[in-house]
Amino acid sequence: MDRAFKYNLFLSIFLGFTSILTASTEPSGTDKKTEIKAYINHHLKDSYDFSITSYTDDQGQHQYIGFSLPIILWDNGLKVFSSSKFHHGETVAEVDGNFYAIEHNKIYKTDEKGTINYDEHHHPKNAKPLDFSITKSVVMILITGALMFFLFRNLARSYASNGSIAKGAGRFFEPIVLYIRDDIAIPNIGQKHYKRYMSYLLTIFFFIWFLNIFGLTPLGVNVTGNIAITFSLALLTFLITNFTGNKNYWKHIFWMPGVPVPMKIILAPIELLGVFIKPFSLLIRLYANMQAGHIVLMSLIGLMFIFKSWLGSSLSFGLAFAISLIEVLVALLQAYIFTMLSALYFGFAVEEHHDEAH
Amino acid sequence: MEKLLEEFSLGLFVWQSLAFVILLFLLKKFAWKPILEAVDEREQGIKSALESAEKAKLEMENLQADNEKLLKEARLERDAMLKEARDMKNRMIEEAKDEARDEATKLMQQAQQAIISEKHAAIAELKSQVALLSIDIAEKVLKSELANEQKQTALVESLLKDAKIN
Repeated sequence: MDRAFKYNLFLSIFLGFTSILTASTEPSGTDKKTEIKAYINHHLKDSYDFSITSYTDDQGQHQYIGFSLPIILWDNGLKVFSSSKFHHGETVAEVDGNFYAIEHNKIYKTDEKGTINYDEHHHPKNAKPLDFSITKSVVMILITGALMFFLFRNLARSYASNGSIAKGAGRFFEPIVLYIRDDIAIPNIGQKHYKRYMSYLLTIFFFIWFLNIFGLTPLGVNVTGNIAITFSLALLTFLITNFTGNKNYWKHIFWMPGVPVPMKIILAPIELLGVFIKPFSLLIRLYANMQAGHIVLMSLIGLMFIFKSWLGSSLSFGLAFAISLIEVLVALLQAYIFTMLSALYFGFAVEEHHDEAH
Repeated sequence: MEKLLEEFSLGLFVWQSLAFVILLFLLKKFAWKPILEAVDEREQGIKSALESAEKAKLEMENLQADNEKLLKEARLERDAMLKEARDMKNRMIEEAKDEARDEATKLMQQAQQAIISEKHAAIAELKSQVALLSIDIAEKVLKSELANEQKQTALVESLLKDAKIN
């Protein structure tokens, strides 16, 4: 109980802190400001090509530095083509007699001219093909996966070759692996069952942490601040929790022991709702924190261009620098929180029957 | 909420889930399992080494305690033996003294008894000698004195007087 309370306190302080930060950035009216806002919005979203930066040349043309990625669509058959056909969303792509255009970061089926029809809520009415494109985020996921595989396979191998002692980069990661085992998995799940969940907890921790850190590099790919990613991660935690849940876990949901019958009836729907709320809070927390961090950071960088004075710009640079340091901490913290809460939920799922006093 | 749903990209979700699950299984097989096993093994090794060191230390302590105990026992035994010897000596001396005393008294008693019996014998002898002598004397006196009757009677009377004195 005490431990849960501490986590809650910790989380609420942390979440409160980030919400203060986001509240302090209020973009408003002028051209420069809207441009920066659009830029930030664009940055936060996934994109169909891996652009590192863009600039406007002497002729007023947008020039992009980066590379195109494959677009994979299912629209009455598999359609694979390069994202360069869209020219960064500026033109219509023609594939096998079908025309596609990008509108608000989504691919729509259009006519030759790329007309998008809107309904009264300003939503496009055009048909959307099933989109399995290798986007910037997917590329980062694959890179992170490859990096993790390379790093930890090397660590695993170094034990055999170096007499049970980690070598190289593994020396840095081994204590973290042990920390997750000794301070996250064992205390929350228990000595008896923790081994089953170790792989998942380790993978999810390093996956989120690495992606968070990549988000802070100049590549600035906001992967963990994407709702689809956090949804997928939370869904896995949800599935693992409920598929490994024992009798005691389900009993606590549908027929809470140790309380009077009317209370049991009242508690059942609440507990059932909790089953879904728990992973939902995971997905929203990670998404909101990473999203907020990126918004704050980019807004502060944007401020430099709005102030355009040596004092204001250097001040906002200093602030942006300080915030990026905090964001490095947040990157680790969010990975830790996600892992810790997953472990906590797994712990609920495999908790053995104990005294009625709860 | 609507904005979140709008932002949700099915393609990205599918790729993420697929990539993550594959990564999970690959890492489990090639990284986490061997890493955790190696670390476990190492920890077990350290633990058992520590345990055996502790055991050795305990054994050493036991050994030392045993030695101490043995030494103490030996010392006690020596003391006991010394005491016993001293006691025995004292007892022997005491016994010897007693015996000597007894013997001495016995001897004294014997001597006394002998003296007494000798004395008695001597007295008896003396008595018989005196008797013989007196008989002899009496005979001689009688022989000389009893030449006349008067004298004989006077002598007998005087002799009888003398005999009564004894």
